[in-house]
Amino acid sequence: MMADVHAGGGFRRQAVVSAVVLVVLAVLAVLAALPIAGDAYVLGVAARMMVFALFASSLNLVLGFAGMASLGHAVYFGVGAYTAAKLSLAGVSGFGLQLGMAGLAAAALAALFAPLILRASGAYLLMITLALAQVVWGIAYGWREFTGADDGLPGVRRPDSMLPWDISGDAGFYYLILLLFALLVAAMLVLTRSPFGLALVGIRENERRMAALGYPVGRYKYIACVLAGGMAGVAGAMLAWQNGFVGPSCLSVAYSATALIMVILGGAGTVFGPVIGAFLIVALENVISGLTERWMFVLGATYVLATLFAPEGLVGLWRRWAEHRS
Amino acid sequence: MSFWLYQLLAGLSFAMLLFISSAGLALIFGVMRVLNLAHGAFYAVGAWVAIALAGWTGSLLLAAMGGIATAMAIGFAIERILLSRTPAEELPQALLTFGIMLMLGDLALWIWGGTPRTLARPEWLSGPVRVAGIVFPSYRLFVIALGVTIAGLLWYLQARTRIGTMIRAAADDAETARGVGINVPRLSSGVFTVGAGLAALGGIVGGPIIGVHVGTELDVLLLSFVVVIIGGLGSLAGSFVGAIVVGLVDTLGKALLPDFALFTLFAPMALILALRPTGLFGRQQ
Repeated sequence: MMADVHAGGGFRRQAVVSAVVLVVLAVLAVLAALPIAGDAYVLGVAARMMVFALFASSLNLVLGFAGMASLGHAVYFGVGAYTAAKLSLAGVSGFGLQLGMAGLAAAALAALFAPLILRASGAYLLMITLALAQVVWGIAYGWREFTGADDGLPGVRRPDSMLPWDISGDAGFYYLILLLFALLVAAMLVLTRSPFGLALVGIRENERRMAALGYPVGRYKYIACVLAGGMAGVAGAMLAWQNGFVGPSCLSVAYSATALIMVILGGAGTVFGPVIGAFLIVALENVISGLTERWMFVLGATYVLATLFAPEGLVGLWRRWAEHRS
Repeated sequence: MSFWLYQLLAGLSFAMLLFISSAGLALIFGVMRVLNLAHGAFYAVGAWVAIALAGWTGSLLLAAMGGIATAMAIGFAIERILLSRTPAEELPQALLTFGIMLMLGDLALWIWGGTPRTLARPEWLSGPVRVAGIVFPSYRLFVIALGVTIAGLLWYLQARTRIGTMIRAAADDAETARGVGINVPRLSSGVFTVGAGLAALGGIVGGPIIGVHVGTELDVLLLSFVVVIIGGLGSLAGSFVGAIVVGLVDTLGKALLPDFALFTLFAPMALILALRPTGLFGRQQ
């Protein structure tokens, strides 16, 4: 914000915006060009990056914009994944139907849980989100006939699309993921700059003032929870296609924590921060796992280092550095 | 009849193991308002180190002391070096301690490998005893006695000693406690270290019953959360009651609805949080 005070701050701001636009376009171009190299492994990793970026972005909507932490966000991701998997195994192969049902199922669960979540704050908020997610996890883990218990649901097939290109191959499927990724990030950009998104930020910063100004604070937070749940469910369906398998671990607290660290590492409350965080964590996982078996140790160290040295995320670090320079 | 008595005793012994394992979590939250997600890792550290030491020295007493001391040393270092530099907010603290849990868990996997291990039980507790007409393992009775003893000791410490008064003061109002000359940071270090040691003791006591495996740290953490949530975060009496509720519900749940043991465990926790967020014994905020 300091930069705006200086004469010429407007120019600098404009320069930053155009730099961000350039970087985003460059990243999209690289992602779009990846299938030319044609390596199935690289495509798989890139698709996983985008799926987790959407998962992290959905958490960011409640955590970063509305200011509500969660230790159970993976419940929506997992319910979306299971929904797509069950539909696929039942022979419903349309991608729009699978995606829509996954999003709806997760959003409906969020609509059910939100009244309980909205009452809590602080440590109790973390606990209630964890508890609700664990209940669903316990069902997924126990109900062998429906969810396959700890064996999960193998044999999930990639959906059929009405898109003009064939998505049964690796490259075609990858472009479907890329398209959904680009659309949903663009939707996040629009949503967070809309009056609704700005009101959420206002609620995060000072809930009582927003209530005094006449905003229906509770309803806004409720809608944010449902939207975030639905978006996580859509990402979950994409994970089910990508992996061809769904198991109870995608509902687990480990996945919820992974989404948290992606958001925090990148920068909560920014649209691109969680995307950067998710890309970095997934890339790091693949690089480190190729070098050593100690990935969990490195991941743990990432949590510790991010909390200590980058509490506002990489986007926050970059902003501070840019302000310092100007 | 003997089926129910057996289940009751088994449930109570599991309950006391849960109490020993989770009391530290309640204590730490009560004084420091920190949700310590690394709590289960201290349990695992205690169990792993004790099993290794028992193998080297052949002495269970040395093994237990070594396991507890290691966990306390790690806990002390974490509190002094990392936690004291973390903003006093729930989310950063939760992420930091979750990261520590991942690191300690992976370190244990690295050193001791992925094979589940159990700790030998002392010879004088290895046989069964006859209680009211049923045959019951003597070690499990020992766990019940130990749990009750530790609960009594902690109650005495908190209610009747100077340190306990300071702990209660810091838990009620840290700022005023500082004002009357209580060294709250040092008290916090002490409580965190003792909490880590209690978790390690849980790991050692549980060593002969459930042992330790890859992922124990997360299992124990989740169980401890259920216990302290049902009782009320930060209340020792609450954890005692919470442990008994969870121990009995879990044992009965496993006996009657084996497939839904996890559901019967977490559903009461969600229910309590929904109806009475501060737990059975927590004070309303």
